[in-house]
Amino acid sequence: MQGSQFAQESTSSMATTVHEPPKIELDHLPSQGSGNGGRRNLVPTGGDFQRRLKDYSPPPASTGIWVGLAAITMTFAAFTSALIVRQGGAADWHHFTLPPVLYLNTLVIIASSVTLEIARRRIATFMGGLKGGDQDGGASPARWLYVTLFLGLLFVAGQTFAWMQLRAQGFGIATNVSYSFFYVLTVAHALHVFGGLGGLVRLIGKLHKSVLRRSTLDAASRYWHFMGVLWLYLLLLLWMKL
Amino acid sequence: MHDMSAHAVHHGAPTSFLRKHVFSLDHKVIGKQYYALALLAALIGMVLSWIMRIHLGFGSYAIPGLHLLSKNGAPGDVMTPEYYLQLMTMHGTIMVFFVLTTAPFAAFGNFFLPIQTGAEDMPFPHFNMMSFWVTFVGFWVLVASFFAGDGPTLGGWTQYAPLSAIGSVGGPGEGLGVVLWATSIAIFCIGQLLGSLNFITTTLDMRCKGMSLMRLPLTAWAWFITSLMGLTAFAVLMPACILLILDHVAGTSFFVASNLVINDQMLPHSGGSTLLWQHLFWFFGHPEVYIAIVPGLGIVSHVLITNMRRPMLSHRVLIYSMGALATLSYMVYGHHMFVSGMNPVSSLAFSFPTLVITIPSTIVVLIWLGSLYGSKLRINAASLFALGFISMFISGGVSGFFLAQPSIDIMLHATYFVVGHFHLVMGVAAMFGIFAGTYFWFPKMVGRMMNETLGKVHFWMSFVGAYCIFMPFHYLGIAGNVRRYQAFTDDYLIHLIPVHKFITVAALFTGFAQLIFLYNLIHSRFKGEIPPNDNPWEGTSLEWSTATPPPHNNFGDKMPVVYHDPYQYSVEGASADYIMQTSPENVHSPDEEK
Repeated sequence: MQGSQFAQESTSSMATTVHEPPKIELDHLPSQGSGNGGRRNLVPTGGDFQRRLKDYSPPPASTGIWVGLAAITMTFAAFTSALIVRQGGAADWHHFTLPPVLYLNTLVIIASSVTLEIARRRIATFMGGLKGGDQDGGASPARWLYVTLFLGLLFVAGQTFAWMQLRAQGFGIATNVSYSFFYVLTVAHALHVFGGLGGLVRLIGKLHKSVLRRSTLDAASRYWHFMGVLWLYLLLLLWMKL
Repeated sequence: MHDMSAHAVHHGAPTSFLRKHVFSLDHKVIGKQYYALALLAALIGMVLSWIMRIHLGFGSYAIPGLHLLSKNGAPGDVMTPEYYLQLMTMHGTIMVFFVLTTAPFAAFGNFFLPIQTGAEDMPFPHFNMMSFWVTFVGFWVLVASFFAGDGPTLGGWTQYAPLSAIGSVGGPGEGLGVVLWATSIAIFCIGQLLGSLNFITTTLDMRCKGMSLMRLPLTAWAWFITSLMGLTAFAVLMPACILLILDHVAGTSFFVASNLVINDQMLPHSGGSTLLWQHLFWFFGHPEVYIAIVPGLGIVSHVLITNMRRPMLSHRVLIYSMGALATLSYMVYGHHMFVSGMNPVSSLAFSFPTLVITIPSTIVVLIWLGSLYGSKLRINAASLFALGFISMFISGGVSGFFLAQPSIDIMLHATYFVVGHFHLVMGVAAMFGIFAGTYFWFPKMVGRMMNETLGKVHFWMSFVGAYCIFMPFHYLGIAGNVRRYQAFTDDYLIHLIPVHKFITVAALFTGFAQLIFLYNLIHSRFKGEIPPNDNPWEGTSLEWSTATPPPHNNFGDKMPVVYHDPYQYSVEGASADYIMQTSPENVHSPDEEK
């Protein structure tokens, strides 16, 4: 994303040791890239400062969320390889049918991604102050965030229901290693979903105080969508292996 | 014009004591906190090694007061065989995690990465603060295992299953001790993940005007590459620790095989894979070796360049080599498992990249030696330790050629040869990197100079001492001296005991040299000479262009603007023999890259 800017810069720096620093025009700040030691993109775009969402996107939040997601990916990759290795060498693997409620939960988490996307667009329109912005969204931009939050909580509740169901059938974490992996993977995912729920609560709080920044909104929703994708992957893995 | 409240980076200077000195958001304070933690950990680790060495060299020699550490482990001040293994485990764990990872990477990186990139702070200061305090808690959880139950775990810093997973039936410390160990390391992983997140975003997003990636000093590159490794490696160790803890507390069977009978007890576990732990651990463990050493490569290059008054033969090739080391470090981890019963084909597959990884290492060394050749090196404590680093890196690296080949490694793996190898290349070399960084950056970090004479004494004692300790290890290994033994009573080992006595004396001598360093550090902190100016070594990178010690936002009112590549020394036609990165002086010189 910052590639082109740097590529140009570094090729020119090769020719001589000295050259001018890149020019940054205040009225046309690059939305991504290096520049001001973190100060770039902090120039308000003007207009009603209190009401407006600052529609520039400081890269640290954007880069940071990708870096964080990379770490989470590695963690679940480690769990996955552990599952495959452990299953491969084991004569004691107990196959079982996943609790059906998981499929319902899958629909819920997909729906939450859809509602979050609606919320993100409504908020962007609302904060951007475009004339004639959606009446509904204009009135309460946080509404769809609440819906998303509710769906997220519903997902966690659904997962809890699945755990309780398994336990009621007498299948605990130590019953068989296939159950161990089921609990470890779903609980690890649920804990990460809690992180996303915390992010949503933060978004709502910031929105009410009108200090929400576009980058925060984008970062939190990227994380939430990732949780959905991660769940789809885990469901597929568990469905195939357990 | 700037919205100061909107951005996390723009936290104002702290006013309360807690925010200033304890839960500080300032990367410089966090860097110093990491340094202090590493110093404490290094002291504990060193004392543990003394106790072990005295035991190995002089057998049942009583160490006065040892029973205070553990009544059961050292009745009558003489340690039991199990207690030797427990101390060995703690020595390894403390040194690898809380010294070699925290000091060169987290401590120096925190302090200098934002300054060298021209940033006011890291982008997520709260994460940064959490990173340190989480690590701090992890450290004390580990230390607590000395005093909990029947002491710390005895499984070695690698915690191989099944011993690590079977619980207290495995021996003292194998119950609660392992749980505390795994909890401590899992916590440590969280801390380093948060730190790596900050390091990566700082390097990519927080650079000042004119600071292109290739204009970053080699230290900044080293920390950046290290943080990429840290992010991926610690994210794998953490789930491994969680699975290990579950085997203990939830009765799962991830790592314990079926029908295992230990001490006449049949274990309830079934079907676990003992190799699985080794795969997960070494997938972290080998990158970890490079996490410890790559910051040292950066620090040594930085210190040498400043003292040679000339850039390295190639800035770019050094960076690419460090990148190649980091990439290859993930493909070689299986060379730790040649004797684990892995498929021989896998051994071959891991042996090849292990031999390949010597290429970037050799390139780095050749660039250093080629750049040093004919230079008028300024000799001071920092540059001496940098030279010492190169020496240790070569000596320890050469034995890697032998160990990389399964046919030879099978003979040498469980011997002192390996102990000598990794202590030289990972332990002593990384420590020398830390010392070089300390002598070099101390004036900037605290605003005082360290005593040069004591520094040189410290260097020569450490240099000679370290070789006296670790070179004989190679001899012992070839002579068949098995490692992890607490006493040498077999016929073929008895005649080697004089060598062990020599090593023990050398270890005490080298340890004494570190006390000189400690004295120098503390004395200079309060009574050291005030540096003549903000740039006592006449360096070029950004840390030398700001005040000493740097103000809260690093550069005061005026953000730096960078005009030059990082190491403009001895440029023809320049007014001085160096040009700061921030100097707008316009001198056309032949490009250093050509």
